[in-house]
Amino acid sequence: MIRFTTSLRRCWLAACLAASLPLLAQEPSAAPDQAAAAVASAEAAPAVPTAFPDVLRALGSASLSERAALLNALLATKHPNTAAVLKAWLEDHLHVRDADGEMFITAESDAGDASSFALTDPVTLAASGPESADGFTKVGSNNALRKLLRSAVASFTLGSPDADVRLGAVREMLRAPDDATLALLRERRAAETDAAVQRAIDLGLASADLASDNADLRLAAVQVLSGSLAGEAIAKLEALRDPANETDERVRAAASLAISSISLKRSLYSGIETLFFGLSLGSVLVLAAIGLAITFGVMGVINMAHGELMMIGAYTAYVVQLLLPNHLAASILISIPAAFVVSGLVGIAIERGVVKHLYGRPLETLLATFGISLILQQLVRSIFSPLNRSVATPEFMSGQWVINDALSLTWNRLYIVLFTLLVFAALQLILRRTSLGLTVRAVSQNRAMARSMGINSDRIAAITFGLGSGIAGVAGVALSQLTNVGPNLGQSYIIDSFMVVVFGGVGNLWGTLIGGMTLGVAGKLLEPAVGAVMAKIAMLVFIILFIQRRKQGLFPQKGRAAEGH
Amino acid sequence: MKNQSLLLSALKADRGGQVLLGLLAIAAVAVPVLNLGVPEGSLLHLSTYTVTLFGKYLCYALLAIAVDLVWGYCGILSLGHTAFFALGGYAIGMYLMRQIGPRGVYGNPILPDFMVFLNWKELPWFWEGMNHFPLAALMVVLVPGLLALGFGWLAFRSRVTGVYLSIMTQALTFALLLAFFRNEMGFGGNNGLTDFKELLGFDLKTPGMRVALFVTTVIALAVGYIGCRYVIASRLGRVVQAVRDAEGRTRFIGYQVESYKLWIWVFSAMLAGIAGALYVPQVGIINPGEFAPINSIEVVIWVAVGGRGTLYGAVAGAVLVNYAKTWFTAAFPEIWLYALGALFVVATLFLPKGVVGLIPARGAKAS
Amino acid sequence: MSTSPATTGPVGLRTKPTGRRRSTNAPSPDLSHNIILYVEGVTKSFDGFKALNDLSIYIETGELRCIIGPNGAGKTTMMDVITGKTQPDTGSVWFGQTIDLLGMSEPEIAQAGIGRKFQKPTVFPEHTVFENLELAMACDKSVWKILFAKLSPQQRDRIDEVLGIIGLKDQRAARAGALSHGQKQWLEIGMLLMQDPLVLLVDEPVAGMTPQETERTAELLVGLAGKHSVVVVEHDMNFVRSIARKVTVLHEGHVLAEGSMDEVQNDPQVKRVYLGE
Repeated sequence: MIRFTTSLRRCWLAACLAASLPLLAQEPSAAPDQAAAAVASAEAAPAVPTAFPDVLRALGSASLSERAALLNALLATKHPNTAAVLKAWLEDHLHVRDADGEMFITAESDAGDASSFALTDPVTLAASGPESADGFTKVGSNNALRKLLRSAVASFTLGSPDADVRLGAVREMLRAPDDATLALLRERRAAETDAAVQRAIDLGLASADLASDNADLRLAAVQVLSGSLAGEAIAKLEALRDPANETDERVRAAASLAISSISLKRSLYSGIETLFFGLSLGSVLVLAAIGLAITFGVMGVINMAHGELMMIGAYTAYVVQLLLPNHLAASILISIPAAFVVSGLVGIAIERGVVKHLYGRPLETLLATFGISLILQQLVRSIFSPLNRSVATPEFMSGQWVINDALSLTWNRLYIVLFTLLVFAALQLILRRTSLGLTVRAVSQNRAMARSMGINSDRIAAITFGLGSGIAGVAGVALSQLTNVGPNLGQSYIIDSFMVVVFGGVGNLWGTLIGGMTLGVAGKLLEPAVGAVMAKIAMLVFIILFIQRRKQGLFPQKGRAAEGH
Repeated sequence: MKNQSLLLSALKADRGGQVLLGLLAIAAVAVPVLNLGVPEGSLLHLSTYTVTLFGKYLCYALLAIAVDLVWGYCGILSLGHTAFFALGGYAIGMYLMRQIGPRGVYGNPILPDFMVFLNWKELPWFWEGMNHFPLAALMVVLVPGLLALGFGWLAFRSRVTGVYLSIMTQALTFALLLAFFRNEMGFGGNNGLTDFKELLGFDLKTPGMRVALFVTTVIALAVGYIGCRYVIASRLGRVVQAVRDAEGRTRFIGYQVESYKLWIWVFSAMLAGIAGALYVPQVGIINPGEFAPINSIEVVIWVAVGGRGTLYGAVAGAVLVNYAKTWFTAAFPEIWLYALGALFVVATLFLPKGVVGLIPARGAKAS
Repeated sequence: MSTSPATTGPVGLRTKPTGRRRSTNAPSPDLSHNIILYVEGVTKSFDGFKALNDLSIYIETGELRCIIGPNGAGKTTMMDVITGKTQPDTGSVWFGQTIDLLGMSEPEIAQAGIGRKFQKPTVFPEHTVFENLELAMACDKSVWKILFAKLSPQQRDRIDEVLGIIGLKDQRAARAGALSHGQKQWLEIGMLLMQDPLVLLVDEPVAGMTPQETERTAELLVGLAGKHSVVVVEHDMNFVRSIARKVTVLHEGHVLAEGSMDEVQNDPQVKRVYLGE
């Protein structure tokens, strides 16, 4: 046993030296020994009498160079707490009590206070009281050890029942693969059942195989890698196309083929990503425009304060969040109806106070509502300060949905798209299935006729204005999840939303939806080619030209000349 | 000769115009005297700052006349007239930049500073020849005129009217705003054109030149006013107002409505360009901010406050509102946007004829 | 002068103006077959509703034609098609032998010599009565010409003459918007006269008029016929009876009957449509 450990020690010493030396060439010669040793130690485990507590005790007194061997011994114990110990070691939370040589997993007893430790016995996992940190020595590690530790921890997580955790472990191990980790991965691959993890391991192994001396192995690896999507795969394959690096003709050809296959797939996915960005931008446009579509469609007047009603909605979200600082998700859900009500009421006030007196004078309405937009902006500046405020994003909306190496979608944008469709569906439902919707449509198609049939068009106008304004408020809540909330939030949307309404066809909600999405996607498609600003200019010019050809928009409303005069 | 008599009779009937032209004549004489003739420190001395400030207001007044011509008389609510104003300003700004010559920070005799800064090696083609004043002066009317011609031809031919047209004009100026912010456009990007030294060989900083610019603006405003008054008094003016009141009917009695709108639109744009060209040497800078849609809407409110469809009302509105703006933003910066916003609402709700609409009512009672 | 046989209707391209026309750039119709207006096989549908259905009407030079029909029969749409406001789906509209009205704009058609009076009187409310007539006056209406246009003594006399005809001499300096409904109707007829058109399309000229006014209107229209071709759309049967020589009955965008008032009234189809028999 002692002889065995000494030989092990010698091996590890060599390995550590090799790792710390910049001479990479030495590593392959040292590494197989190390792998063999790891396997050997695993096989020899039953023969090792050393129990878990003993190894730990030895570890405490061992020199840095001896610790590598003890690490293997520790792994060999297969004790359930091994992972916890290794993790603590890696994170510098493993300490030895100088007084009795006992090993503990430590934590700072109070946050930020490094002077005393809360102790956990690694064998029993029982916690014991805080003690002064002075009486403890850290079980240290060096770069080589840490590398081993990391891979060992990963190999523990590799056994996790959770496929996502395993995937994470595989990725971690592949960050700096060596023969030991590759061996572990091969082992894992045989037992792995999850397709994603299998794939990740295959790609990692293939990537490693590219450096193999065996041309057939390399060829096989290239073929496996051609199914990859990662940018690094292309870089690695690119090197193989150079005759200086790759002597085998077949491998070079296969590499070229693989690169084009990967590039094709990557561009496909980036196309999907652009499409998604376009749809999410389009959703914002639709959200901003749809309320305007209602007020403009029914009353034929432009509410220039529409953007400010969105801003009010966004500030409503901000205020609700201030009131419920600990319930992010709930605050967002509450702000939606709250913003609808607040903006809707402001909208009704605008209609009753100003717009009502200006019916039949659309240009004056435009000017008066612009004045209101200035007042609302300044009001918000006075109340909330001119600085931008940020509204926090709840957990379920932050982060990304990683679909594969080439494609990941941010959750908040995904939710915006869904939310837009939801709002759209709800509006369609209101307009098509309720008696309010029926009267609104009647007024929008023929005001005089509707009035003569006993519809109170004044009341309907106010309600419609309120509805459109409320939708603007809801749109503001959505916007608060994408950008900061400030007094100028709404200003930038009024031209865009009007463009969407006109492009889609006045008085046609479907037109607004399709128009907004089309403009969003087209804008994002143009962006890489000409830049964001030129894309925007191009869209404006396009719509100006489009209106010349089709004044009624994509989907003209039937039976009513939607003329501005 | 006949046309002259038409103009004279039009001016005879125009009480507001007479007052305006009289005031302008007084200003053209009194301002140089009070600024240059009266020594500083005297109560009667008019500071150069004030001269330039009022020069600026009068440029705005010319712009307001241009807007009133299309809105008040032809019913086209332009929310993008500062685009033409700014283009005129940029044209003269290019000339002024070229006049700096080697006196720029980088000392390049040909390239303006911002081009040297951007590592440009040669002058873009559209800067060629802009060091000649006649060409620059031509561009002041030509560029806004051509833009108006192109936009108007597209818009009027397809009979885009009302709020549609208004928002289109706003989109136009918004697109130009974005475009001029780009360094690649070759107009100094974000910073625009500034650090001007001299115009036609005269130092822009001297009080004498300031007064000269003021007087030029007064003359331009007077000529612009008389020109617009002539157009309105001509049969073309009556056709244009007929288009405003009953566009379809005008068509059915044989007028190509599009051509009439286009004519008055282009004329108005050129006027706005001239206003911009007078404005830039006085304020000493032109940058993309001038294209901001809100500026164009503000112009409309000057006209609305003053009284649209009167021309002199537009002048009164431009001076009044801008004076108020100068005063408010100095005394109560917080309040200004409230006041401006309220002005929009009040002017549209309660003052359909603007402040000058109040005056004849009193006069009528008296007589 | 035309070489095309009358039976096949007008053929050939638009030719250079010949004969008497007052405006310099408008083509003049070739009236050699005594038919001034051909409306042939015109169909126009709005969202599936056929406002005009294979409509064919021929107006003779100098004729006074009345067109009657129930609501929705296509009378106004027919006028819209003739004056260029609406483009038909199929069919052709010719002014004389040589001028194809389809594809011409409203002002071009007006300049060519077709005047129209709307059902709802539309005058320029902010202009004086005199100015309304001045604007309508036949002349070169290109922009630059109009900018420097000046009334000649003859033109002034003509306006005075028309002011006399429509009985608005005393209101010549009044705002048109301040006129009574009947006066506006008359002013619009006066504007039509100032245009000096070959064809007058008159939509419900006596709606809202007193009996005396109606009578004077009837006299005026009858007086105009001969020198001009006049097409009157009217609901007032007594009025139609008092002026009509030839009546066309429209129904569902199609000509139901044509002939003298008596012939038309005894037509069984017309009876069925009008009286539900």
